[in-house]
Amino acid sequence: MTRARDTTTPGIALAGLRPAPAQQWGGVRMIPLIREHVRHDLRITRRKLDAHVVTVGDGTAYCSFMPHAFVLDWSDDGHPLAATGGQLHGPGSQTAKPRQTALVHRMAKREDRNALRFVPLHLAMEGFLALHFGGPDVAWTEYSREAMSRGLSPRRERSVAGMWIDGLAEALRVFEIHDTQVGVLILVADALASAFVLPRPEDYRELHRSLLSDFYGELLYQYGLLHPELARIDLELDATQIRDLAELRAAVATGRREWHEHTLLFSHGLLARTTHWQSVYRAGPFHLRRFIGELNPEHEGHIGEAIHRDDGSLEYLKTYRLSAAQVRRAYLLQQLANHDWHLGACAEALGDTVKGLMLRLKNAGFAYLLKPHLLRGL
Amino acid sequence: MSSPTPIQQAAARVAHEDLVVFLNACFACSGQREFYSDGHQQTVSIAFLHDYIRGNYRRLYARSLAAGVNHFNQGRIVLELLSHSRDLDPETRREEGQLCRAVLRELPPQRAYRVLLGLRERGVNNRRTRAIVREFLAQRRDLAFDALKYRSKLHGLVRHAHPPLPGELGPFLARSWQARRYSTPLLEQFRKAHYAAEAVYELPFTVAEGLAVKHKIPRALFLQRIAPRLTAHERLRLQTAAARADVDLDFDLERAPLTRLALHILALPPDDRRARSEALHAALAASARRTLQAAPLPLGKVAAVLDRSYSTAGSRDKPRRPLAIALAVDQLLAAAAREYMSFWTGPPPADPLLLEPRGQTDLATPLLDALAWQPDLVVIVSDGFDNDPPRGAGEVCRVFRSRLDPARRTTIVHVNPVFDAPHLGPKPLDRSVPTVGLRDAEDLATVLAFARFADGGTSLAELEDYLAARANALLSRHAPGAAP
Repeated sequence: MTRARDTTTPGIALAGLRPAPAQQWGGVRMIPLIREHVRHDLRITRRKLDAHVVTVGDGTAYCSFMPHAFVLDWSDDGHPLAATGGQLHGPGSQTAKPRQTALVHRMAKREDRNALRFVPLHLAMEGFLALHFGGPDVAWTEYSREAMSRGLSPRRERSVAGMWIDGLAEALRVFEIHDTQVGVLILVADALASAFVLPRPEDYRELHRSLLSDFYGELLYQYGLLHPELARIDLELDATQIRDLAELRAAVATGRREWHEHTLLFSHGLLARTTHWQSVYRAGPFHLRRFIGELNPEHEGHIGEAIHRDDGSLEYLKTYRLSAAQVRRAYLLQQLANHDWHLGACAEALGDTVKGLMLRLKNAGFAYLLKPHLLRGL
Repeated sequence: MSSPTPIQQAAARVAHEDLVVFLNACFACSGQREFYSDGHQQTVSIAFLHDYIRGNYRRLYARSLAAGVNHFNQGRIVLELLSHSRDLDPETRREEGQLCRAVLRELPPQRAYRVLLGLRERGVNNRRTRAIVREFLAQRRDLAFDALKYRSKLHGLVRHAHPPLPGELGPFLARSWQARRYSTPLLEQFRKAHYAAEAVYELPFTVAEGLAVKHKIPRALFLQRIAPRLTAHERLRLQTAAARADVDLDFDLERAPLTRLALHILALPPDDRRARSEALHAALAASARRTLQAAPLPLGKVAAVLDRSYSTAGSRDKPRRPLAIALAVDQLLAAAAREYMSFWTGPPPADPLLLEPRGQTDLATPLLDALAWQPDLVVIVSDGFDNDPPRGAGEVCRVFRSRLDPARRTTIVHVNPVFDAPHLGPKPLDRSVPTVGLRDAEDLATVLAFARFADGGTSLAELEDYLAARANALLSRHAPGAAP
C-alpha cells in the first residue's frame, strides 16, 4: 500500500548538525548535537496536554498517556519568530466538570494560519501500530472470523516512561547544555535510545526536561537496570608526537573531532539503515513526516518523526527505539503481507513449517488472528 | 640512626597519601549536597574518612585541627577526639585537650555548641568533657546573650553536662521561666517581649524575628527598627529582603568577607548587577585587598583558569557556590599578583559580575590559552568534571608536564571547591597536577601552601613538621597570657 507521498531513504542524515563530545553519567551517555547556523523562522514549543485518546480520522482511535503536545510556529518570509507578550489562561476554564477523558482531534492539526499542533512520538507510534492494521486481504481458511472482520484491532504495544529508566533522570539533571545545542542522542548502556533535534537552541533548553516524560522501548528499561555504569571515553593524547603548545592545541582539536566517528558508530542503526518515510503535513517550506526503520529481528529498529526544510536540512527529529519483541511482531506482519497472508508461502520464505509459523504468531501475541482449533494443537 | 627499611618507606608513603586525601576532603567538604552527589553520599564518605584517619594516625588527626580545615570538619574532629579517648597516654590527652579547647574557642558559637551537643547524642559524659564544657562556657563573653540566642543548644548542654551557671541563668533555662522577673536586663527584656511588641527590638535579630510574627508586626516596620541590632552577616543576608520592603539597611559592602560578597553579588538579578556594577566591583576589590592584608599572598605572573559551566550552579544547599569561589579567587589573584590574567571557560565574559552558571565544561581551551601566556603559576578553579572533551584538561596537563615543561618552570595548581563523595575528595584533573580543596576563597593562601604536599614530592616527615608547626601556632595564640 505504498502511496505517492511515501519515500524510502538509505538512512537519516543529520544535515547541518555537528556532534560534540558525549557527557556520561551512570549508564546513560548523551551526545549533544550542535547547529552551526540557526535560522529563526521555525520554533517548537510545548503545550501541556493531559489527553488519552486521539481520533486518527478514519474512525480509528489511538489511546495512550500523552503528557504534552508540541506546537510548531513558522513564518512564511523567513523572519525570526518571538513570543509577543504574556498569554494568560484564566482559571474559569478549570471549573469542575463530570470526569471525562480529553479527546484530541487528529495527531497533527493546523490550529492557526502559521501554527500546527502535533503529539510528539505518538505520531510515529500510531504509524507503527497502523502497519497492516486492516488484517488479512485474502480469506484463507486459517484466519479467525474476528481477524477477517476487524483486522488487527485492537492493536497494542507497551513502552516505558522515561522516569522509569534507571539513571536517566539524574543524567538529564547533570547534563550541561551547550550554548548552541539543538539536539541530543541518548544512549542507555551504549544502545541508542532516542534522537531528539529541534530547530533552535532556545527550544532545546526549554524542552530538555521533556525527555523524561517521553516513552522509550522496554529494552532500555532492562539495559538501564543491568548497566549502572559505563566505560568512560576520555581524550587520550600521544605525548611523544607533541613538541610545542600549538601541536598540543591541534591534538586536542583532533580529539574533539573524533566524536564525529564515535557518534556514527553509536547511531549506525538509526542513521545508516533503510528508512521508510510517510508524509504527514506540509507547512510552508517545512515537511513533517514520520518514518519506520528497517524491520529486521537481527538489527535494532527505530521509528520516529522528522521535519525537513525544503533544502534538506533537518529541523526536528524525535525517534523511538523498538524493543526486540516489537520488531519481531512488525516483521511477522510484514512477511505475511508480502505473501498475501498465505501461511504456507510465508512459512516457506522464512524457512519454517506452517505449524512453526503459527506458533511464532501465537508467541508474538497474534493468536486472535487464527482459528482457535488450530492453536489447540500447537 | 639506621635507614628505614623498604616496608617502612612504603608505610610512610601510604600514611602521607592518606593524610593528604583526608586534609583535602576537610578543606572542601561540608556534608551538604553538591551538584553531582547528594547529601547522604557526602555524609557517608566524610564519616568514613574521619573514622579511618582517627583510627590509624591519631596524633596527626588531632593536629589537622590547625591545618586550616573548614569549620564543619574542625567540629567533627573535636567530636571524634572527645568521644574516642579511652586508652590515651596522659601527654597525648593533654595535647588533644588543648587543641580542642582552642578550636572550640575559635569556632562560631553555634557550631561550637553543636559540637558539644554531639557529645550528648553519642552518650559521652566524663570528667574530661564536663571540664571542657565548663571552660567553654566560662570563656563566653556574655552567657546571658547565648542563653537567648542559642537557648535550645545551651539548654541541651546544661542538661547533659550540668555545668555551674552564673546568676539567674539556671531558672531562666528551666521550665517555668516566665513565672518571675529577672534583674539581668537582657533576660527581663526577653520575658517582656513575649507580652509587649515594643520590647522585641532590644533582642538579637533571630530571636526577635519569631516574636515579631507573634505580635503581628509588619515586616517593613520590623526590619527598620531592628536594624541597629543586626550583625554584619545578617545585614548582608537581608539586603534583598529589605529592598523589597522599601527599607534601607545601610551596609558597607566593602567590609563583607570576600566569598560571602561574591555569593551575594551572584544572587542579585542581572539588571541589578548591571546597574550597580561600579560599586560592586569596588567592593569586591576592597574586600580582596583586606583579605590579603590578613593573609599575604605575594605572587608573580599568575594566570587563572576559571570554570563557569552549568555545574557551578551548585546544589540547593550551596547555590552558585563553585561559581562564587571562582569569582572570589579571580579578584584575590588580581589583587595579589604582579601580573594577572583570567581565562574563563566559554566565550570571554564582558563583565565577570554578570556571569551565570551555564554551558559545558571546556577547560582545555582556556588552559591552553593560559599556558601560551607563559605564567609562573596557573591556578585552575573547577569541580574537575571536564566534558568537552572528557579529560581534556587532564591530558593537556599531563602532556605539558611530561613533554613541554619537564623542568617545571610553570606551576599548575588545581583548586577544587567541590567534594566528590565517590572519590573521597575533590575530583582531580590528572596525577601530574596537585588538586586541593577550597571552601572559602579567603583560605587560598593556606591551600596553595598545602599544594606542595598534594603534589607528592614531599616526605611524611615534612608533612608532620608542617602540621606540628601549625598546631603550635594555634596553641600559642590561645596560651594563657597571650593577647586575645
